[in-house]
Amino acid sequence: MNHLSLIIKREYLNKVRNKSFIIMTFLSPLIMVGIFTLVAYLSELNNDKIRTIAVLDESGLFSDQFESTPGLQYTMLNGVTLAEAKITSEENGDYGLLYIPKTDSIKALSNATTFYSEDSPSLMVMDDIEDAIAEKANTLRLKEAGIDAQTIKSLRIRVEANLETYKGEETSKLGSGLKLAFGGAAGYLLFMFIIIYGNMIMRSVIEEKTSRIIEVIISSVQPMKLLLGKIFGTTLAGITQFLAWVILIGVLSALMTSILGIDPTSVQAPQQEMLESGGLATDSMVQEVMMEISKLPIANLIVMFILFFVGGYLLYASLYAAIGAAVDSETDTQQFMLPILMPLILAVYVGFFTVIDNPHGTVSQVFSYIPFTSPVVMLMRIPFGVPLWQQILSVVILFATFIGTVWFAAKIYRVGILMYGKKPSYRELIKWLKY
Amino acid sequence: MAYKQHKLLLILSFASFAIQYLYNFLHFSMEKLLVAENVSKSFGDFKALNKISIEVPKGSIFGLLGPNGAGKTTFIRIINQITMPDTGHVILDGEALQPHHIQHIGYLPEERGLYKTMKVGEQALYLAQLKGLSKQEAKVRLKHWFERLEIGDWWNKKVQELSKGMAQKIQFVVTVLHEPKLLIFDEPFSGFDPINANLIKDEILKLRNDGATVIFSTHRMESVEEMCDHIALIHKSNKILDGKLIDIKRAYKSNTFEVGIHTNDPNGVTSALKERFEVFPASFKSINDELQYKIKLPANASANDLASYLISKGQLTHFVEVIPSANDIFIETVQKN
Repeated sequence: MNHLSLIIKREYLNKVRNKSFIIMTFLSPLIMVGIFTLVAYLSELNNDKIRTIAVLDESGLFSDQFESTPGLQYTMLNGVTLAEAKITSEENGDYGLLYIPKTDSIKALSNATTFYSEDSPSLMVMDDIEDAIAEKANTLRLKEAGIDAQTIKSLRIRVEANLETYKGEETSKLGSGLKLAFGGAAGYLLFMFIIIYGNMIMRSVIEEKTSRIIEVIISSVQPMKLLLGKIFGTTLAGITQFLAWVILIGVLSALMTSILGIDPTSVQAPQQEMLESGGLATDSMVQEVMMEISKLPIANLIVMFILFFVGGYLLYASLYAAIGAAVDSETDTQQFMLPILMPLILAVYVGFFTVIDNPHGTVSQVFSYIPFTSPVVMLMRIPFGVPLWQQILSVVILFATFIGTVWFAAKIYRVGILMYGKKPSYRELIKWLKY
Repeated sequence: MAYKQHKLLLILSFASFAIQYLYNFLHFSMEKLLVAENVSKSFGDFKALNKISIEVPKGSIFGLLGPNGAGKTTFIRIINQITMPDTGHVILDGEALQPHHIQHIGYLPEERGLYKTMKVGEQALYLAQLKGLSKQEAKVRLKHWFERLEIGDWWNKKVQELSKGMAQKIQFVVTVLHEPKLLIFDEPFSGFDPINANLIKDEILKLRNDGATVIFSTHRMESVEEMCDHIALIHKSNKILDGKLIDIKRAYKSNTFEVGIHTNDPNGVTSALKERFEVFPASFKSINDELQYKIKLPANASANDLASYLISKGQLTHFVEVIPSANDIFIETVQKN
């Protein structure tokens, strides 16, 4: 067996057999699914409580306006004074008492209505109540002015623009949402992967330094091979862990749904709604989603995902390895971590704010060429349609930089692994390049 | 007649074999396993090695000495191809140093360790395979060595459960396992108790007797004295001394003798001696109550003259030539430079 495969095998097995690695592999999905289930369960529990609101309508105009819903029930009080109503309502343990006084004009109602309650009421409940009163009041006002509310309703139209590109491709808001979801997921996945497994590579380099085995190893193999073996081995372990997470989360979610009848994914629903400008019935939505997915350039996406993922990850991984080699312990890594984390975080921010706002704006374009941000930003832009030459240019820049970074990292690594006891400054790191 | 011819032929062929063997032997004993020529290395502005040339004879134990920071470790790393020299070259067994040569070198660095969370056996197998042994071969040899050093039951232990000395033993085994031509030990005895240090010393000598060449870097002069045939002294990036230890000692001895003489007139003898010779005080363990001195003779004077003079003055109880120890030579040479 040659050296590289030996090293990869050792790194992989060492990571995979590590107790904390195993624990994290099984615990993380449990925690994630657990938290989602808990939140879903709690919010359901929260909504289970029926709120009763007593209504004392002295104006007599709104008796038919308050329709009870499963979470909110209205009881109408008649022929009592406000003082009596307050007492009954409090004794009954009502959520609150709505008091609509008799006024001269409907207009005066706008600030004469009062809501009495034990604590300050939920904003959502107040919105419901205010909407209900306002709607009825408006209708009455229109009537006063001699306008038929029904006529206005029938005259009102709704506008929903059809989206189409110049080339004639029909798109939709749902499609845009999906593209965002794809791009965002890809970019975020890469970001997480870099942070988790880049750190793992760094720690593994530091471990070889602190245990002082490094010199024994590099008297047998070239440092470059050790570096590559370490990166590949750790990455394979990372992929294993990621796959385990995906499978476990899937299985656990299914289990939770079937056993408890709670869907952990339902917690994310508001977000999805926001993205997909919801309001569609489930069946047709599924169909439409499938159709939109089929419109996405799937092959392009997959190929570019792999290229940017590999390039971006290796770029950062080699930098992490260089940092590990330069320092003596994990506490010394802070000052070198910042220049690595900055572009990464910037990439994610640019991705989630600028790209969502305008996928082809100047900032989005520039950041999708800078190699330290391009993997995340370009991955998020591609679903919105980026010309192939731009994609290829970005990949070429990325891989050219990657080669430069690996050269740089290998230099630092070669020198750093044999330096003990002092924390180097940036100036010293530059000097090492010349050794 | 035919029988006689056969006999002659047999004798002739025997003779030729013998001559060839003798020739090989002589050639072998003269041969250098490792030759470094004008090796220089700088780190930035700092010159770590300045034109170092060293020849390590086959089958010798070669002591690489020098104060801290002299450049020994850099030189050793160049031999191991961990660091590349700026100028000069290194020849191993007649060939310029190449990557595949790492299989023929066993290196025990001064800064050494093992993966803490790996099991002993697994780790030893891994390191042996990196040196080019097959897994099966490595296993067989490891079993053998583990039994020899009585550490067979450690196979499934994790390194973090071992003491420092125990871990050192494993590192030693891993260093020698692939039966390299050249063994390089940097402070091999640090971390060993006296019993185990002795055990390792014997193993090193045994390996040398089996044909390995040993480069030995240490500050412990008593082990240099005990083990090294050749030494080289590096100080401030320069080689300031090298050669056979015996030759160096000969060169450094100052024709000085430590003497003890029993006499009834100590004061008279003392002043007589001081008149004739350069006399220094001396003290050595003795059961006699005698005068003890170190006497330095001029270069042309012989020991016999001194001895017969002393005998004429009283009872000669102690007469030893002062041979400089490796320690003395080390300190003297380093201070002189």
